[in-house]
Amino acid sequence: MFDLDRWREIFQSISKNKLRSVMSGFTISFAILLFTLLFGVVNGLSNTFKGAFVDDAQNSMFVRVGRTTKPYKGLQSGRIIQLKNENYDYVTKTYEDKIQYQTARIYKNVNITYKTKQDNYTLRAVHPDHQFLEKTIMDEGRYINTRDLKEKAKVLVIGRLVKKDIFGEKPALGKRVNVNGISYKIIGIFSDDGGDNEERLTYMPVTTAQMLYGNNDYISEMNLGYNPSLSLDEAVAFGNRLERDLRKRLNIHPDDQGAIRVRNMAEANKGIGQFMGVLYFLVILIGSGTLIAGIIGISNIMIFVIKERTKEFGIRKALGAQPSSIIGMVVQESILITTIAGYLGLSLGSYILSAIGDTLEAYFIKDPSVSLEIVIGATFTLIIAGLIAGFLPAKKAARIKPIVALRAD
Amino acid sequence: MIKIEKLHKSYPIGKDSLHVLKGIDLHIKEGEFVSIMGSSGSGKSTLLNIVGLLDGHDEGNYFLNGQLIKNLNEKKAAILRNKFLGFVFQSFNLISYKTALENVALPLYYKGIKRKERLKIALDYLEKVGLKNWANHLPNELSGGQKQRVAIARALVTKPKVVLADEPTGALDSTTTDNVMDLLRDINNEGMTVFVITHEEEVAEQTKRIVRLKDGVIISDELTAVSKPLKEAIKAV
Repeated sequence: MFDLDRWREIFQSISKNKLRSVMSGFTISFAILLFTLLFGVVNGLSNTFKGAFVDDAQNSMFVRVGRTTKPYKGLQSGRIIQLKNENYDYVTKTYEDKIQYQTARIYKNVNITYKTKQDNYTLRAVHPDHQFLEKTIMDEGRYINTRDLKEKAKVLVIGRLVKKDIFGEKPALGKRVNVNGISYKIIGIFSDDGGDNEERLTYMPVTTAQMLYGNNDYISEMNLGYNPSLSLDEAVAFGNRLERDLRKRLNIHPDDQGAIRVRNMAEANKGIGQFMGVLYFLVILIGSGTLIAGIIGISNIMIFVIKERTKEFGIRKALGAQPSSIIGMVVQESILITTIAGYLGLSLGSYILSAIGDTLEAYFIKDPSVSLEIVIGATFTLIIAGLIAGFLPAKKAARIKPIVALRAD
Repeated sequence: MIKIEKLHKSYPIGKDSLHVLKGIDLHIKEGEFVSIMGSSGSGKSTLLNIVGLLDGHDEGNYFLNGQLIKNLNEKKAAILRNKFLGFVFQSFNLISYKTALENVALPLYYKGIKRKERLKIALDYLEKVGLKNWANHLPNELSGGQKQRVAIARALVTKPKVVLADEPTGALDSTTTDNVMDLLRDINNEGMTVFVITHEEEVAEQTKRIVRLKDGVIISDELTAVSKPLKEAIKAV
């Protein structure tokens, strides 16, 4: 397929006819530039939406309980619903294949003391999976593990700002601190993208908290990460089923919204997904419309160019050029111009996006950019566009009769 | 080399058709130097187009190099043109953005010869027409006579069987006309069949055989003074 001589002919024809090549490329450059900008901006919008949930894993589900607001099965309203270890274990067993991560949470306000420094912090007693659901980033040491759970170890994982408050620049890892009168060892320091409040938290094993603060098997809430292989619809269905199931087990009225709530990220994702889907659809519609206009533009110019080159093609045919060779030459030239022009547009668009990207954050557009897939996709689109743009003019060129073209004038 | 029997050609003009060639019989042997004379409208250009495989004919037979030309598609015609025919046109028809050398080398490109070799061959032919020093000039830097010599080099470069020249001197002054005709004669003397179309008596007289066309039929076909001594010499032998 690669024919150096053919390419040489094309490069010569393009470089000796710069103006018309630039002209025919311009529309495509413009189309791709517009498309890149639009796509980048919508990507930025999408990034903003995603960023709003960056704190937690995309597949999170939160099971929270409160007071009943409706009487049910002879039970009065106003009853406090309490989640316990048995509910936790039930979910683990029943929905094993639908769950990627699972953790309980017990909230506690604690007073942490180290030497002369002390302050109040929110404590969360959790399972090890909590790290992944909360997207906790370990800066130093490690997170709570199953052995800590089993041994009810008195260990603490503290946030970056807790460490800063209490220890300043000094090392904190391995140090012992006093939490409400009990001594804990610091085994890890974390940071979190969710903001300062998230970094003022401390974590300890759920079993330790249950033993030391109440000696019961209560849990405040339960967080799940549904299996990522579930589709959004399946995940939504799973959340609904889980909620129905728990209502039954905890004797809660099916319509009682206060007593139990399952907040499912899948539902939010689905909403955002649909919204972004519509936006992307619009961008692709506008983008492809512009591209089609570009193709028609280049096709028009190519037809004009063919007319201008009628004599040349006539000469070539008289000298023995076969129709296929003429078609190939025109189409290849069109593809080359389209691709180069398209990449110019793409590069310019990417450059503009990266240059002004930061200033757009005020308009809910974050990191507007185009991905590698788009670039690859654009390459194929451009080649096909060039093919389409060049083909009709090429057919026209191949139909040129040498006697007509060479008629003395 | 070229054998034409009862050739007819009409062009449709609206609903009517214009009968241009009305039964032409012509036989040109290898090595001949023939001119077709006729006023405009006599059908000489049509004849050249048919002989040059640039156009088809309606009736009759046309043999080129012994091969019957019939129902040619464009591809086959292109291959045959490239193989057997070299063209020289009145308006030179050089490609304006290619140098003299590249113009001469172009038919070899369509023959599938590698770049290095075709540039070498092309240079040899440019030397033959005395334009070796002008190889890297663009056509618009050449005079009319020089352009036509480049065109002749281009016609010869594939070593065709026949060189077809359509009013080769039509755009030239008398001195350059003579130069071009001398060149064509030299080519003919080397054994090439040369087929010239002209309406200039002086040009036709420099060929060896003149075929006169009028209203689509041949009205005379005779050898010229240039070839008579040769013929007598042959007779004497």
